[in-house]
Amino acid sequence: MAIPGASSASRAIDAVTSLEPAAELAPHRLVWQQARVEAIHAETPEVKSFVLRPANWTGFTAGQHVDIRLTAPDGYQAQRSYSIASAPDDSGTLELAIEALPDGEVSPFFHDVVEVGDTIELRGPIGGHFIWNAPLGGPLLLVGGGSGLVPLMSILRQRARVAPEIPATLVYSARRYDDLIFRDELLRRRDTDPNFRLEIALTREQARDGLHFGRIDAALMARAIGTETPKLTYICGSNPFVEAAASLALAAGLPFGSIRTERYGG
Amino acid sequence: MATRGFFGKRPTEIEAGRLPPGQYLTEDFPVLSAGPTPRVDLDKWSFTLKDGVRPVAKWTWDEFQKLPHVKLTRDIHCVTKWSKFNTAWSGVMIDDILAEAGIEAPTGFTLAHSFDGYTTNVPTADLVGGKAMIATAYDGQPITADHGGPARLLVPHLYFWKSAKWINALQFTARDEAGFWELRGYHMYGDPWREQRFTGD
Repeated sequence: MAIPGASSASRAIDAVTSLEPAAELAPHRLVWQQARVEAIHAETPEVKSFVLRPANWTGFTAGQHVDIRLTAPDGYQAQRSYSIASAPDDSGTLELAIEALPDGEVSPFFHDVVEVGDTIELRGPIGGHFIWNAPLGGPLLLVGGGSGLVPLMSILRQRARVAPEIPATLVYSARRYDDLIFRDELLRRRDTDPNFRLEIALTREQARDGLHFGRIDAALMARAIGTETPKLTYICGSNPFVEAAASLALAAGLPFGSIRTERYGG
Repeated sequence: MATRGFFGKRPTEIEAGRLPPGQYLTEDFPVLSAGPTPRVDLDKWSFTLKDGVRPVAKWTWDEFQKLPHVKLTRDIHCVTKWSKFNTAWSGVMIDDILAEAGIEAPTGFTLAHSFDGYTTNVPTADLVGGKAMIATAYDGQPITADHGGPARLLVPHLYFWKSAKWINALQFTARDEAGFWELRGYHMYGDPWREQRFTGD
């Protein structure tokens, strides 16, 4: 045991917190409210998107999520968190993209039971770290695995709405071409948005033109980073995916404090 | 009001009694963290007790290993809704750390600090009296980096974000200072049984 001198931890504290817009997310009470299901789309064989209109919705920040609460006739309840895929526009709606998990309790309900016109209970928005708004700036590097794309899609859509001049690169890994959520929209944005680059990595299907075959690796990460170091990097997916992608980003020289992660299931 | 068509996958009666409201049981051990996993070398590891800004005791990894280690098996509950039963930890009780430092807890509030800059606040009363430890092993093995190794705080009766990963200091504070998630809308106390997930719950 010894009495310490200066701690090296203070630098790390600055690194993690310096970019944080915590002050603008002044805590307020989150109230459960009913939301009407306005549209349902099959995005992939395993992912459906749901457009919800909450009764009293005051907006959100790209990257945030909501809590869903389902109630059985006898009062039993189940809650889950789902990221928002839509941009925080003035529509009064939000879009969730939900992957059907075979042993799940809530996701199979959404896939098999929910219909347009149903009401679903939710509260939010939630999350003050894995978020982006225009004042945070860029360039942005977004790295998503599977349904980890969802909060990144909100960020991409918001950037296109309010700050299309900010360079953004999305690295998106999925099993197969048909598992790419919002694929047509992403390809269209790639072809029409001069400041948006898209790198797709398919792990279980031979590459098509311009698509990488295999997991994200150092070469793909280097290409995604390019010549302009991203100011902020957002990584979302399963824990092994996030661990691997964050390690590649750090190995490529990106600062620890510039990388934000979200691990689904976590 | 019931949700049309929802009946749910019930936990068993025994499970239900151990599950706080809104939680579901998992056999996995999911991971939640705000940034990349920091890799903390054991020869650079240290743990410090602070009274305000003043350090009052500090241990290296080797010194920390010599403190009395005990086992604690508890159910844990994450604010993201999963709960996991019978998680088996070992480490050093906060009571023993204070005894080794030769001090009584000087204030009623504590802020836990981590190597990556993460912080979380816990009332001192929730750390002492056999309630909490600095854990260095899970399931008989060193805690892996993604689960907070080499050492993490374990406060199992509060939502698991209070159990700070990669811990390197406990700081006694004069006031209840909000930590990382608490500044971002999460509850200052975080009792799963009262479902204190967010501010105002």
